[in-house]
Amino acid sequence: MMGASGGFSAYVRRDLLLAYRRRGEAASPIIFFLLVSTLIPLGVSPDSARLAELAPGIIWVMALLATLLSTESLFASDYQDGSLEQMLITPQLLVLPVLGKVTAHWLVTGLPLTLVSPVIGVMLSLPTAGTVPMMASLALGTACLSLIGAVGAALTVSLRKGGLLLSVLVIPLYMPVIIFGSASVQSAIDGLNWFGPLAVLGAMLSAAIVLCPLAIAGALRLVSNN
Amino acid sequence: MASGRSWNWFHRMGSPRWFYETTGRWLPWLWVLTLALMITGLVWGLAFAPQDAKQGNSFRIIYLHVPASFLALAGYYIMAIAGAVGLIWKMKLSYMVMKSAAPIGAALTFLALFTGAVWGKPTWGTYWVWDARITSMLILLFLYLGVLALQYAFHSREAGNKASAILALVGTVNIPIIYKSVDWWYTLHQPATIKLTSAPSMHPDMFQPLLVMILALYSFYALALILFTRAEILQRESKTGWVRELAQQAHPAQSAGVTK
Amino acid sequence: MPILWHNVPRKNNQIAEKSLPTESLLTVDELAYERDDCNVFNPINLVVEAGDILQIEGANGAGKTTLMRLLTSALQQTSGSIAYQGQSIAQCRYEYLADILYIGHQSGTKMGLSPAENLRWMSPASTSKADITHALENLGLAGYTDVPCYSLSAGQHRRVALARLATSQAKIWYLDEPFTAIDKQGVKAIEKQLQNHAEQGGAVVLSTHQDLALDTVRKYSIEAHADRGALQ
Repeated sequence: MMGASGGFSAYVRRDLLLAYRRRGEAASPIIFFLLVSTLIPLGVSPDSARLAELAPGIIWVMALLATLLSTESLFASDYQDGSLEQMLITPQLLVLPVLGKVTAHWLVTGLPLTLVSPVIGVMLSLPTAGTVPMMASLALGTACLSLIGAVGAALTVSLRKGGLLLSVLVIPLYMPVIIFGSASVQSAIDGLNWFGPLAVLGAMLSAAIVLCPLAIAGALRLVSNN
Repeated sequence: MASGRSWNWFHRMGSPRWFYETTGRWLPWLWVLTLALMITGLVWGLAFAPQDAKQGNSFRIIYLHVPASFLALAGYYIMAIAGAVGLIWKMKLSYMVMKSAAPIGAALTFLALFTGAVWGKPTWGTYWVWDARITSMLILLFLYLGVLALQYAFHSREAGNKASAILALVGTVNIPIIYKSVDWWYTLHQPATIKLTSAPSMHPDMFQPLLVMILALYSFYALALILFTRAEILQRESKTGWVRELAQQAHPAQSAGVTK
Repeated sequence: MPILWHNVPRKNNQIAEKSLPTESLLTVDELAYERDDCNVFNPINLVVEAGDILQIEGANGAGKTTLMRLLTSALQQTSGSIAYQGQSIAQCRYEYLADILYIGHQSGTKMGLSPAENLRWMSPASTSKADITHALENLGLAGYTDVPCYSLSAGQHRRVALARLATSQAKIWYLDEPFTAIDKQGVKAIEKQLQNHAEQGGAVVLSTHQDLALDTVRKYSIEAHADRGALQ
């Protein structure tokens, strides 16, 4: 019935186009990321030695919050305008459109966050040895965050005020990601091997790519239409 | 229909009424068992077990702390398995068990954290340290709270049940990852000033009462789960004939007025 | 765990084997749906043949939308069966879903896309650009095909969704209140499409409170189950 639109890449393209049409909204996680990083020197100290010490953790926490902020809207407009209902009755496996939507979400939030992170690294005096590991870990880690967050978004899509509940549900699940993400940056700064934690992030991402779409599809099917 | 017969027990078990009546027969025995184990364990552990060489009497809190931590984690799996059974076989009873397991598990997790903090004060000089096991327990508490919050967020009970079952399953997959991550994180940051009083070989005189207390808490957990589930059954089946009959037997005068 | 993404009604797997293959496009047998232990409507039995236009009637809250969603497999029934060409839709899910078209209360159109882009998205891949423009113009959307949908009225939104009828290759159309916010001329144009579809061997199942100006319409009334009255 829906032709090619049921597939993975069709959903990626459509969601990217929709995000492009609402550029202002799509850019807000990045602006949030930049804004909060100016709060840290104001709230903690402008002393670059102290900032440098905190930078890996702070950047990771802020990236996590920025991703979380944008996750709520992942299925919300589809739910409201009825296209989620249409997605549920496509002949294809539901995991394909689901994975397509999450991929588009990462391309719109996680990837730009990764790309602007060096700017924030400079602002927070992150030692230069940490820049590449930070970008690599953010690229892998934010993809995990998008996948995990999408499970929460799917579970709360039919609730009017799902946003706060969403963060209660997914933040505990985010914890392994932030541990290994900031650890790989910290290890690089300390001159240790940072590929280890990064490899663990990669393993987590592979597991998440396999398992999360199943949970998301199940949640959309069983919960969204009640 | 041979296959039908062999599945009979399974479907009968899914009947709330069957559960209510069967557990009703078990309850007195379970009460006796729980109280006996609890009293034995507590008196033995608190009064007769020898003092710890370094910590003195303060170590005795492990007789509550350790079993509570055990059950807190096991309880999450029980909740998730009940949820999975509900999702797969659409069994109402197992959703009721899942719903009942959540507050009990959350309470035990809180108890484990609280006793840990009380124990920490005399041992480490502070109520809270970011120790690997404590941090994992805290995350477990958050996982429980998420399931509880999601359960009650929906107007539709069914949606709440299914949503929290899915979340519990996702949590189950995550728990080992979280535990391993937190463990690894702790070895990375382990502060030199705090040394865990790990006792790989506990003295048998100390260990035996602990074993009794672990059994006591398992028995307590089963009791609490059954009582919570029975309450849930009565609430959900309150419109059915057998629950009305039950109410009539318990309070003949009142129920007669209600049914009129 | 196929349960996570497949809607398989496990209790009813035998039914398709029992019933002999029939000519009926759709056979609904003792269909019931419970929401929170409460039956939504009295069990539903109906047969839809090729060439049928079936109007589902019922008071507000009788469960018309629920029935539509059950028929399209967006919801899963508590008991009873739905068979497509004699085969349970759980077993021929792919063929069935490829052969149906559903337009629900929410039209499924994206605000950020233009009517042409929306229709492109919702139509079979083989639909040509000219077909899409033609379908939209037929429903009075000439001149609006490339403006963003958020600047359109509610009735125009509905028309964008209904333009799918012209491009669709589905056999069964499920239309839930299709005439909401549509003016008289629009209703007429759509009625004509329904008739054409039926004449070409398709079938239409629609819920509407409006009387249709078609002589071939069959009606089926559904009633809310007594359970639901008792709750209130």
